[in-house]
Amino acid sequence: MPELRYRDALREALREELIRDDRVFLMGEDIGAYGGSYAVTRGLLDEFGRDRVIDTPIAESGIVGAGIGAAMAGMRPMVELMTINFSFLALDQIVNSAAKLHYMSNGQINVPLVIRMASGGGSQLGATHSHSLEGLYAHFPGLRVVCPSTPADAKGLLKRAFRDENTTIFIEHTALYGMRGEVPDDPDYLIEFGKANVLREGTDVTIVGYSGSTWQAVRAADMLEEQEGISAEVIDLRCLRPLDIDTVIASVKKTNRAVVVEDDWQFGGFAGEISAQLMEQAFDWLDAPVARVCGKDVPLPYNRNLEFAALPSEEDVVEAVLAML
Amino acid sequence: MDTDRDTLIDLYLRMVRIRTFEEQAGKLQEAGKVPGALHLYVGEEAVASGVMSHLSNEDQITSTHRGHGHLVAKGGDFKKMFAELYGRETGYCRGKGGSMHISDLDLGMLGANGIVGAGPPIAIGAAFSNKYRKTRNVTCCFFGDGASNEGTFHEAANMAALYRLPVVFVCENNGFGEFTRQERHQAIQDIADRASGYGMPGVVVDGMDVMAVYEAAGEAIERARRGEGPTLLECKTYRFFDHVGVRGMGVVYRDDSEVIEWRKRDPLVLFEARLLEMNTASAGELQQLRERVLFEVEEAIAFAEASPFPADSALLEDVYTVTGG
Repeated sequence: MPELRYRDALREALREELIRDDRVFLMGEDIGAYGGSYAVTRGLLDEFGRDRVIDTPIAESGIVGAGIGAAMAGMRPMVELMTINFSFLALDQIVNSAAKLHYMSNGQINVPLVIRMASGGGSQLGATHSHSLEGLYAHFPGLRVVCPSTPADAKGLLKRAFRDENTTIFIEHTALYGMRGEVPDDPDYLIEFGKANVLREGTDVTIVGYSGSTWQAVRAADMLEEQEGISAEVIDLRCLRPLDIDTVIASVKKTNRAVVVEDDWQFGGFAGEISAQLMEQAFDWLDAPVARVCGKDVPLPYNRNLEFAALPSEEDVVEAVLAML
Repeated sequence: MDTDRDTLIDLYLRMVRIRTFEEQAGKLQEAGKVPGALHLYVGEEAVASGVMSHLSNEDQITSTHRGHGHLVAKGGDFKKMFAELYGRETGYCRGKGGSMHISDLDLGMLGANGIVGAGPPIAIGAAFSNKYRKTRNVTCCFFGDGASNEGTFHEAANMAALYRLPVVFVCENNGFGEFTRQERHQAIQDIADRASGYGMPGVVVDGMDVMAVYEAAGEAIERARRGEGPTLLECKTYRFFDHVGVRGMGVVYRDDSEVIEWRKRDPLVLFEARLLEMNTASAGELQQLRERVLFEVEEAIAFAEASPFPADSALLEDVYTVTGG
């Protein structure tokens, strides 16, 4: 199986979908001539031309709205918003139109739109460029929310998003773009939405992550095994909507303990949702309260030391596990 | 003037249909039969009628919170419309959308919209789809003077001109953004002036004169069909009723004398006089036509009142659509 970087796997998915379906086109800031802020779309303008790979003004609401209108008219657009922090400028279009139109129209209108954006801190870009807000989008019924943590998932989930009749918020992690991994070259390689991935099996505790935090969970599991002889199971949610809570519950019934890790803020966040669902559906199997390891409750600072302190680390995860055993 | 008799009668009929629908809807609300917020189009009928008579079902429109008139002029079904206002199973959206969210994709009506300014980006997306597929279809985007201050309008206008999209921005300048007079919400008088800032023609037309709207809209729509790009068509009009509801006089934000002055230029009265003067139809024929429309509206109201509410099981249906292949 070929080894690709995360960004190259994303590009391969886009390229294959552009070839497969002529209703697919791409729109976004700097995606054409420049090749994308994270080099995901590099080369696609040359291959597919200006009708299908479209550089846009910096106008997030206009871009997303245009994607919605084109999707309503039968196209299969993908729009790129650079980072999730900038997507706030398009929030009305995403929430009030993309997420609601199917319901409001009694099923007449479909909005098969893929909205790509990058999430994740750690690059000293300050508070307007660095936040992870996957849980915000997961709040809205009507949206799919997908956040891959590996190159293979990046390809399989992105291709799957193009086959969906609903709008998918596709969130990539900035720290993962250079990550290498084996990726199937099958042009029909699809990963079903709402299927969590058990990355590592274990018996003492379940650590749940998604996107970049999956790898904090994995590294914490390694440390727990090496340093403490503790066997941790690691689950990558892959999708926040639809959510595969069943896989998490099955794991907790085996381990009786759970920690949820995410870069996003803890207060009102997605880790709280997982925690509540475990309380509702697996209360009798829990030997300790579900722990949350999340970003600190502050706008992300610019200083290296403070930014590092604001983001969850594998050490924080280890500490949370040790506190519940 | 070489407009044929059928076209003239068609324009009159569209206006009568809107006026009758809106007056009856207003009465039903005052009688406590129709719930929610009704933003009635009375006074502005010439705009929707003059534009829509150039469009086929393959041409799209995006509408506004004040959208009944647009749908009626586009050929909307009175029965489904009243049933929607009543919140019934037989409504356009099974009563889930309500007055501000009616759509009819078969007519190319992409939706009324409860968010001021949400339509323009969606309109350019549909226009992009028409251009991409090399159809000669056009998208008309209705919005008001209030929405002309929203960033979304500016983003969409810029992109429409940049990509030379087949779209006509139809600004219904009724002098008020909700309850705030135009001179208190923007420093310009002619919104069409903004067109030059985006590199498109801007045209001002008397929105109470259906023939003037018909001619100006015809030119803009033909221009778009020829692939020459967008136009901003500003129609100066007036809202006889309140922003929401029926009351038009005795309100704090405008003098009754102003309403009385504008009512002297009622688009139906003006056009009726013209039809009589040109001997296009007799007073009796026009009377007959109005009675026929009233009968149709009354039938539709009876249909709506006899229709059931959707079952409670409808609540959770149509949040997501099924995945296509």
